[in-house]
Amino acid sequence: METNFVHHQSAHCENGVASNLLKQQGINISEPMVFGIGSGIFFFYLPLLKVNHAPAISYRPMPGFIFNRAAKRLGIRIKRVKFSSKKNAQIALEENLRNNIPTGLQVGVYHLTYFPDEYRFHFNAHNLVVYGKKGNTFLISDPVMETVTTLTEVELEKVRFAKGALAPKGQMYFPIHIPEKIDWELAIKKGIKNTCRDMLAPMPIIGVKGIRYVAKSIPKWADKRGTKVANHYLAQMVRMQEEIGTGGGGFRFIYAAFLQEASAVLKNDTLYALSKEMTLIGDLWRDFAVNASRVYKNRSNQTDVYNSLSKELLHIADLEENFYKALKKAI
Amino acid sequence: MKKEEVPQDKGNLSKNNIKELCYAIDENGNYTTALSSGWEPKTIALQNSLQDINERIENAKEEIRKGVSSPIVYFMEVNKMDWVTLSDYVGMWIWRIKRHRKPAVFKRLSHKVLSRYAEAFEISVEELKNFKSE
Repeated sequence: METNFVHHQSAHCENGVASNLLKQQGINISEPMVFGIGSGIFFFYLPLLKVNHAPAISYRPMPGFIFNRAAKRLGIRIKRVKFSSKKNAQIALEENLRNNIPTGLQVGVYHLTYFPDEYRFHFNAHNLVVYGKKGNTFLISDPVMETVTTLTEVELEKVRFAKGALAPKGQMYFPIHIPEKIDWELAIKKGIKNTCRDMLAPMPIIGVKGIRYVAKSIPKWADKRGTKVANHYLAQMVRMQEEIGTGGGGFRFIYAAFLQEASAVLKNDTLYALSKEMTLIGDLWRDFAVNASRVYKNRSNQTDVYNSLSKELLHIADLEENFYKALKKAI
Repeated sequence: MKKEEVPQDKGNLSKNNIKELCYAIDENGNYTTALSSGWEPKTIALQNSLQDINERIENAKEEIRKGVSSPIVYFMEVNKMDWVTLSDYVGMWIWRIKRHRKPAVFKRLSHKVLSRYAEAFEISVEELKNFKSE
């Protein structure tokens, strides 16, 4: 059995699955649009929570938030189901495929056989679409891959029931209600307002303030824990910012693409200008990644390099603060 | 980022013939997408993480040699796990599995408990029990 589903490659898995599933339902929505309406830009820094032996830094909200918020704002209803039984999880998925419903799944990356070894970490918030089954092989559309791929029953069960933080518990999801008319303007405005509120939140670990907190912590990492640990933390940060899925510059370029699209829908020229500004900010994030990678490659021991990285990040935070304030006023 | 600036460095992705999608602007300043084969700063960052894991594996081996740790620590690192992840895979509390890293406690573990570890590490109970760090 095979559903009529078209695979499009995307930068980020969650937006990609959302955009692909909605396109199949006849809603022409791009990846940046899902990202923007779902308020995908975010930043948090949790110094005490360690991920891969480094403090947790994230450039995005919790998994599932983007699609849920985007769907709510567009008036689309999505059904999400988790399973305690592996057998029932497979039966429900096959039932969906028989009814011609391509289905989104939350999976763990570690056991994904088609991923390069270097990328297989215990990260459980990856998303993909199952669009059919031939024999005992499931047909898979993983939005970060160029083309479609396959997984056997056993392999799929393993990734659906990966364990650890954010365990997917077999979660599957699919749209069940599409409104006849979508109010794009309202949805875009809601998405932008939410993003400005998050990024300008008066909390030290969130948004622009969170970026400043990290900036100020960088020299302290080196002082208190030594250059080796500081370099490991920086490497982890760069990976969160640039690894497959962010579209580069910690999602800034996807967001700039969204603003450009939004300016056409809302007929608002300010948004077009702000899109350009966001592109420049994204370029600065890329520069930060380049400079950080130089630090941990040369293993330079001066505290100065950490101070200059810190300054660079503080500069980005200042620019972003002004940016979100302007964005708030623009709509 | 301009479309012609989308990096095409060799790295972990190009080695496996995978390209990732990036967003960039074209000559008219409009957003479009472009495929990237990799970017050096990312490759270095990933290499740094993998090196960190390798150091942990070597450490674990050293500890087993000295008789301070049980093989559980070694296989945990080889599988890129931490205590939280391992605890979830074997279905035991963290304080309990942390006890199992003591060689004396490990030696007394029942076949049933060992098989849970073996399943999580995708090896046989014999391999786990007889692991020798050389």
